[in-house]
Amino acid sequence: MIALEADRVWKYFGDYPAIRGVSFAAPPGACVALLGRNGAGKTTLLRMLAGLSTASQGNVRMLGQSVRSSEARLAIGLLGHGIGVYDELSALENLRHFATLYGLDRPADAAESWLERVNLANVKDSPVREFSRGMRQRLAVARAFLHSPRVLLLDEPFTSLDDRNIALLQSLTADALRGGATVIMSTHQLREAMELATHAVLLVRGKLGYFGPRPLEMLEDSGWLYRQYGEA
Amino acid sequence: MFFRHSLAVAMKDLRSEFRTKESLNAAFAFAAMILVLFSFVVDVGDSEILYSMSGGVLWMTFLFSGALILNRSFAREQPNDCLDALLASPLSGSALWLGKALANFVMLLAVELFALPLFGALYNLTWTRSLGWLAVVLVLGAWGIAVVGTMFSALTVNLRLRELMLPTLIYPMLIPLLMGAIRLTTILISGQPITGDDWIWFRLLVGFDIIFTSLALLLVEVVLLG
Repeated sequence: MIALEADRVWKYFGDYPAIRGVSFAAPPGACVALLGRNGAGKTTLLRMLAGLSTASQGNVRMLGQSVRSSEARLAIGLLGHGIGVYDELSALENLRHFATLYGLDRPADAAESWLERVNLANVKDSPVREFSRGMRQRLAVARAFLHSPRVLLLDEPFTSLDDRNIALLQSLTADALRGGATVIMSTHQLREAMELATHAVLLVRGKLGYFGPRPLEMLEDSGWLYRQYGEA
Repeated sequence: MFFRHSLAVAMKDLRSEFRTKESLNAAFAFAAMILVLFSFVVDVGDSEILYSMSGGVLWMTFLFSGALILNRSFAREQPNDCLDALLASPLSGSALWLGKALANFVMLLAVELFALPLFGALYNLTWTRSLGWLAVVLVLGAWGIAVVGTMFSALTVNLRLRELMLPTLIYPMLIPLLMGAIRLTTILISGQPITGDDWIWFRLLVGFDIIFTSLALLLVEVVLLG
């Protein structure tokens, strides 16, 4: 079964087509790097894949179902532009809240365990508003990974992270991939993404430029794919 | 799972609000201000006029100060794109709406409980003569305002003038509810018996709450995702 599939997807904002007939299918266990210059439509496409925005034309299906089905939403782990946690609540309260929404058996235990994994256990009772940018991003990572999602949608996940925390996120993503999860990762930090990517999608002004296995050339030269499609 | 989700959202909203007291403090202060200003308008020595106006003064106070609570309802999800995190989770739009409506209902009741004794003290009126029935009217009215207000809070959350748009949209919708609530509150505070004709207002309140709760549960997913 295909983990995530976009079938001739269009998205209009007014008269402007931000996404123009994009089709691709991510197999289970794949790590797809979603690439493109600023304004290429990466975030718009990711929002449709997450079911946060409906396609003007075409279909998006996750694990064979509509992305808005409850099964699909149970399978999604989303790390978007915003960190998706509440400033006035503590780190523990935030994760416990999302663990409850995902129907985990012991929400508090799951929250504590993930706070340990992202090195925030020592500040678990502090309100998020007191956190640094990097700590907030790590909490957002814990929120996205909390329920062991089968499909991870990561929008610029390395933003605000220092090298140690980039390594932590890469390790968590690699663990998820080993566990069978599918990862779609939009990023400008190509070197970090290429270490994990098995596939690449290149968007060029809303159109699909390339979809296929990550070219070997990108390991040595991360900008290689962009140049092939005149996006240097 | 639906009610567990709704309860989780309601508890989260109440915890956030009681920690920051952003909208509750503003609503309490605004309610007190309205009651004080109205006390200059009416002759507080004329108890007959006061009793006849009591329902109107109270429900205008609940409605105007309640708008401050309702405005924050979905706006609370905007910082850090929390609404996206919720909508991408298994939480359904209707469970999210119900949780928020419950939290708003509790906060509106808190405003009512704050404003009523203040109203009694400022206007020198006894408002406890039919406390049981008055409580029923307050609960039905608060739920109706919470239901409509939460729905429109979702609709206006991305508008730049949402603080203005929300009251502009909900006040006309709430006119039938207000007519019933004002009439019954006036009767109950005045200590008059509820006669046969007045029961229709109770039925109106119950009907309004049922119809708008059902409509909101059906339509909120479309409102949130377009």
